[in-house]
Amino acid sequence: MKYLFEGVSRSALVLLALFFAALAAAPMFANDYLIVVLITILYFAYAGQCWNIMMGFAGQLSLGHALYVGLGAYVTAALYVKFGVSPWIGLFPALVIAGAVGAVIGFLAFRFGVSGVYFAILTIAFAEFARIGFDHFAWVGGAAGYFLPVANYTQNDFFNLRGSQHMFYYILLAMTVAAFVLCHLLLRSRAGYYWLAIRESPEAAEALGINIFRYKMYAVVLSAALTSLGGVIFAFFYNNLFPEQVFHISRSIELILGPIIGGIGTLFGPIVGAFLLTGLAEGLREVMLRLGIDLPGMKQVFYGICLLLVVMFLPDGVWPPLKKKLGLDRDTEKRGS
Amino acid sequence: MTTEVVLKIAISGVLTGLVYGLMALGLSVIFGVVRVVNFAHGEMMTIAMYLVIVFFSALGLDPLLMLVPISAVLFALGYLMQRAIINPFINRPEHSQFMLLVAVALIMVNALLLIFGPDSQGITTTYSFDSFDVGGIIIDAGKVYAAIAALIVAVALFAFFRLTLTGKAIRACADNYNGALVVGLDVKRLYSLTFGIGAACVGAAGTMLMIVTDVTPAIGPAYTLLAFVIVITGGLGSMPGAIVGGVLIGLTEALGGFFFTPSAKTMFSFAILVLVLLFRPQGIMGRKTA
Repeated sequence: MKYLFEGVSRSALVLLALFFAALAAAPMFANDYLIVVLITILYFAYAGQCWNIMMGFAGQLSLGHALYVGLGAYVTAALYVKFGVSPWIGLFPALVIAGAVGAVIGFLAFRFGVSGVYFAILTIAFAEFARIGFDHFAWVGGAAGYFLPVANYTQNDFFNLRGSQHMFYYILLAMTVAAFVLCHLLLRSRAGYYWLAIRESPEAAEALGINIFRYKMYAVVLSAALTSLGGVIFAFFYNNLFPEQVFHISRSIELILGPIIGGIGTLFGPIVGAFLLTGLAEGLREVMLRLGIDLPGMKQVFYGICLLLVVMFLPDGVWPPLKKKLGLDRDTEKRGS
Repeated sequence: MTTEVVLKIAISGVLTGLVYGLMALGLSVIFGVVRVVNFAHGEMMTIAMYLVIVFFSALGLDPLLMLVPISAVLFALGYLMQRAIINPFINRPEHSQFMLLVAVALIMVNALLLIFGPDSQGITTTYSFDSFDVGGIIIDAGKVYAAIAALIVAVALFAFFRLTLTGKAIRACADNYNGALVVGLDVKRLYSLTFGIGAACVGAAGTMLMIVTDVTPAIGPAYTLLAFVIVITGGLGSMPGAIVGGVLIGLTEALGGFFFTPSAKTMFSFAILVLVLLFRPQGIMGRKTA
């Protein structure tokens, strides 16, 4: 515990505690709609945090993270529907499979010196491959989709992840907190420092004796495996899976917008980004509804313009300047940013 | 009979591949010089395709006649994009440039959706149902015209980069950024020009593609991906590579769709991409420096 809080300023801890308390208490005040919005936010915060390990820490740009979400979703859903395996047990094969796929992609890329833009496009290629593959994978429904049985649950079946939105909310909140703490610890570990060194300069890192192949592999496998857990929740919350949606490149992009807007490589970036983007999307929806504008595409055009403005005027994302405003920029979280 | 059918499919794939190649050529030129990956490439092509529909329904102009005007419009769009928003991003990290163009792509797709609606639209030209019979092999006339036009544009572009002073200046920027600055080239303006030229290629390719296919606003990202697959297969930054890659991918998709199922055809091009990235990351025609 001492290790966990070492070097974190008191004001940061207080703010963090308040923030966490607000999130924990939110379901008491929020209506059903707001809960769904918060679930979406937490899902993106969690998945963004996982992606950040690979890009923000180790500097490897993945544009195909929908692949790992999809694998986690399909593996646990298939095990549950076909064999009645609880998702809490099914998530272990999901972790292993997603991690293994990440390892294969990482191995192929890093062994053959594929990096930068080329690596990003390789990750897209594998995700697209999976999308079309699952489209023709009749055992799990193919292009027609795969559905989990839905009933009107009177009480939560925690063991089988069947139940109310509140249950999913708290599970996702726990996952987001766990991912946050894990990343915080990772950044202070040997691996974390190695990753930052690799991100800043692979040549210099290698010259210092860091096995850059091995540490890049750690980042990919960890990121892939953790991302698949997001997919488990995705499958059991939405109860339907379509390859065209789950593996689509726009899912991968959606997932990484949060951490990029929030601030790449920072611990709070993915969380701040998820709040901002989902909040913006829902806010625009609400405004359009109030104004009685029902034009498909209008909301996304505004969304795109906002995105453009943020990218143009806040090159490091929203969190670093925000942190300065809050007076938190003296704590050691700086190492990650 | 079967060999004839296969040959017909293969030729049709090569012809479409040439048009794909022209589209990819635009991406390749932009990356080769400006060093920015245009993630809005396919979306820019759908803009050109909708321009064809607008001109065709308003004035009844044939796509072959619209080739030059639409390329000019796209040139202006590309020039302005580079000047207004991409030039400040030249020295930003890759992910930052990527986000910028993703935002641009998002705006383009949804603006088209807003204006034209989600339905698939196409045009019917006077030669849409014509075909040539070459020794018993039937070839669509539209595809032949489109491929020839694409080749002419590509050759014109090669000539521009080899023979004109501006073309040479642009190549100088690509070869040595600092050197180009030292000899007094206006690099920012040349970058804008290059992005405009890349966009014009896409405009020409989109115009030609309208002869043989339909368009929806949502198709943009698929074309962006296709352009990536082609340029990486052919060699990112290599001009002949883009055309060779286009033909290879066009052929692969046509044959893959024929022998397996049409919905799985892109899987084969992605398989080629993965193989190329692993065993020849610089691409078929690329230089070793990649």
